[in-house]
Amino acid sequence: MSARQEESGTPTSGSSSDEKEKKGVSRRTFVKIGVVAGAGLTLGVTYKVMSGPGVPPTDATFAPNAFLRIDTDGPITIVVGQSEMGQGVATALPQLVAEELDVAWEQVSFEFAPAHPAYGAARGTQVTGGSTSVVQSWQPLREAGAAARLMLRQAAAQHFGVPVEEIQTANGTAIAPDGSILTYGALASAAALLEVPKEVTLKDSADFRLIGTSAPRLDIPMKVTGQAVFGIDAGPTDARIAMVARCPVFGGSVRSFDPTEVLAMPGVDEVVQIASGVAVVADGYWNAKAARDALIVEWDEGPASSLDDAAIFAHLETEALENGRTVRDDGDADAVFAEGGEPIRASYKLPYLAHATMEPMNCTVWVRDGICTVWVGTQFQNALGIVGGGARQVAAKAAGVDADDTEVHTTFLGGGFGRRAERDFVQEAAELAGKIEGPVKVIWSREDDMQHDFYRPASYHDFAAVLGSDGKPEAWEHRMASQSILERMVPGWAPGFVANFAGKRDPTSTEGASNHPYHVPNTRVRYAKVDLPIPVGFWRSVGHTHTGFVVESFIDELAHLAGEDPYEYRRDLLGEHPRHLRVLNAVTEACDWGSPVPEGRARGIAVVASFGSYVAEVAEVSVEADRPRVHKVWCAVDCGIVVNPRIVRAQMESGIIYGLTSALYGEINIQGGRAIQGNFHEYEMVRMNDAPEMEVILTPSGDGPGGVGEPGVPPIAPAVTNALFALTGQRIRDMPIRLA
Amino acid sequence: MIEATAMVRFIVNGEAREADVPDHHPLLWVLRETFGLKGTKFGCGGGYCGACTVLIDGQPFRSCRIPVGQIEDADITTIEGLSSDGTHPVQLAWVEEQVPQCGYCQSGQIMAATGLLTEKANPTDADIDNAMAGNVCRCGTYSAIRRAIHLAAEFQAGAGATDDAGAGGEDR
Repeated sequence: MSARQEESGTPTSGSSSDEKEKKGVSRRTFVKIGVVAGAGLTLGVTYKVMSGPGVPPTDATFAPNAFLRIDTDGPITIVVGQSEMGQGVATALPQLVAEELDVAWEQVSFEFAPAHPAYGAARGTQVTGGSTSVVQSWQPLREAGAAARLMLRQAAAQHFGVPVEEIQTANGTAIAPDGSILTYGALASAAALLEVPKEVTLKDSADFRLIGTSAPRLDIPMKVTGQAVFGIDAGPTDARIAMVARCPVFGGSVRSFDPTEVLAMPGVDEVVQIASGVAVVADGYWNAKAARDALIVEWDEGPASSLDDAAIFAHLETEALENGRTVRDDGDADAVFAEGGEPIRASYKLPYLAHATMEPMNCTVWVRDGICTVWVGTQFQNALGIVGGGARQVAAKAAGVDADDTEVHTTFLGGGFGRRAERDFVQEAAELAGKIEGPVKVIWSREDDMQHDFYRPASYHDFAAVLGSDGKPEAWEHRMASQSILERMVPGWAPGFVANFAGKRDPTSTEGASNHPYHVPNTRVRYAKVDLPIPVGFWRSVGHTHTGFVVESFIDELAHLAGEDPYEYRRDLLGEHPRHLRVLNAVTEACDWGSPVPEGRARGIAVVASFGSYVAEVAEVSVEADRPRVHKVWCAVDCGIVVNPRIVRAQMESGIIYGLTSALYGEINIQGGRAIQGNFHEYEMVRMNDAPEMEVILTPSGDGPGGVGEPGVPPIAPAVTNALFALTGQRIRDMPIRLA
Repeated sequence: MIEATAMVRFIVNGEAREADVPDHHPLLWVLRETFGLKGTKFGCGGGYCGACTVLIDGQPFRSCRIPVGQIEDADITTIEGLSSDGTHPVQLAWVEEQVPQCGYCQSGQIMAATGLLTEKANPTDADIDNAMAGNVCRCGTYSAIRRAIHLAAEFQAGAGATDDAGAGGEDR
């Protein structure tokens, strides 16, 4: 990071949760950073790269900060620093700016930001993950819009010769007391000459016109005409296509290969060894794939080549039972277990899961004249000094150029779910591009993508509980084991995580378990971090993918053993958690919990808080041809302030389908140190014919926005298995669901 | 090395096109790489996910599994050929119901739905299950797709309902 960049600061840093709630004055400093369409930043930034079809900056463009630009001929462009992978940031973030700027939604367009610290919340880390985009942008993007509006009003005041206080705004125009009107476009040149204000006053939430409405998504018109550009579509049209032969065994490496025969195949130009394997460069995908598949590589398979599921789960079980580290210890669980008789016990097993984004991994890179240009759908553009950096830093290093000479064009992402927060596919393409002439696009086949993922870790969980005379748990012990995503990422990509890790905590593994919300006076949670050579990573809802399932399953087991209704049992144990209760009550009201259900069906319930939001789900299931069938799901969500209700609903539905897919089908098996499943016929998805009807209930609260991309996922698996128990008496403790 | 090829000719989005590629190359890559029609997506290469769905003589097919040599002279419609401005009834319905999330599978979904609506002007939910089960959406937009197909059927029936397509502020 250059000194000049440091000085430029970032309006996204340091917003505390308290501030998020507050309307009124901000003392945050705004720094003028001009943004050029499709290119780099122009002010305060040492970007040497200005390629692409960029519009040169002109005095006439008003760009008071990194987040918006108003051209004299009218268009209002909002720059989106986070990645659009379906969750709606390319709409919700512009809504925040447009609200304070006071423009009509129809006037707004968006573009994706370059990789730059100005768009990063934590120390310039530009990453889209953890359901944080709206949460982190809530304050700074509204301030960005408000600062621009104030400058436009000042420009109008000068023009009309009246005090600024007398200038009103509406729909992208400034209005003088006598009714005279100037458009923002007409004021852009004059506004661009003014000082950026150091203080702005934000609207009272009662005055919101756009926030809280289902403004149509800005990206949809281009997504129904095939015009949206994803990574696989991006970059120079003459880019050659490469595919990489990678060792099928995790951690293996190339011993030797003979490129002679493959080089004689149609369309093949080059065969190049890189860190991840051997790249075959050809004139198109089909020729590249044929040659890659034909290439014989002798692999050094390394120490993982005898690893399989049986060994993995035996190891997880042993570690969980024998080697856990205490991550929560309330009261004295041992004393209760010593005097409480035989405890209730249950153990659960969850497998590795692949992300399976619809768009397989790919990345296009061109290295020429010491400049590296990257076109990629990434969740992680930029980072300084941690985990090897974002796409920009990783590409620069792999290509052998300076990060200042490396430019990342973020495209639409054909799904992310945490997979595109990894940098392996960027590293690989940049390394190859640094070794050959001209632009190259590395495309992964579906099998490459599924068998070389960073998987949701497999885990083992053992529970013990003692119920008191009232049927409520007196003691609760949860012993769990998994690989640690955090440890793989260490030194960590966010300071908070690093601090937690130093304190022997690992939220990526234990979140939702170490802080389960139920009132149990004696609670102990132990976590055993297990080392295995399987790559693990962030998978939509991270630790909650397994802790949500096991905690909500075990509490349901206790309710049934206590002879209580599973909703009422939870409710009675959640007295200190009003937001859990709010969604639990809302979902049971919506489905009329306790009312008769159709013959052959039953309902299950679960509630999980994650990423600042609270979600309760009820699933209504039957069994057809020995398979579970989910007919309907009710979902109540409290995500605080709702920016765009339709997007929140869509994200809940999306999370339910994603979580249901893993519950019904999701499993990556390991055999001989390699992932067995390679394509959708082996790693099945919920499809139209088994997608349930869904009803989403929004229960907004005034607690600032929470995340919505992930929180819909965790409750669905336990809601379904709890329903299956109610229907069949079978407890499903291993995922995916298999009925006896 | 240069492989012996023969010109393959077909109609793409109403235009006569020819490609100098081997017969066994899949239509998907000819559309994307030879003709630059990138709206049709690569998802699995095995015909399992439907992201590459196009219409061949009006019927939906997985273009990743169709060797171009097998469809000489066929009439192919891709997402770009449905309408360039999003005014096809299925596209209008997709906007009205705000279907896409990440959007990657949606060209294939729209083409599969168009094929269904050509065959059945007013499909039932069971018809939709049947026709759309080959198209995976990892974002889980299925309920929106179902609503959009029913709406497209109305649009197609000429109910004149296209006036308010794209409106979005009602859902507060």
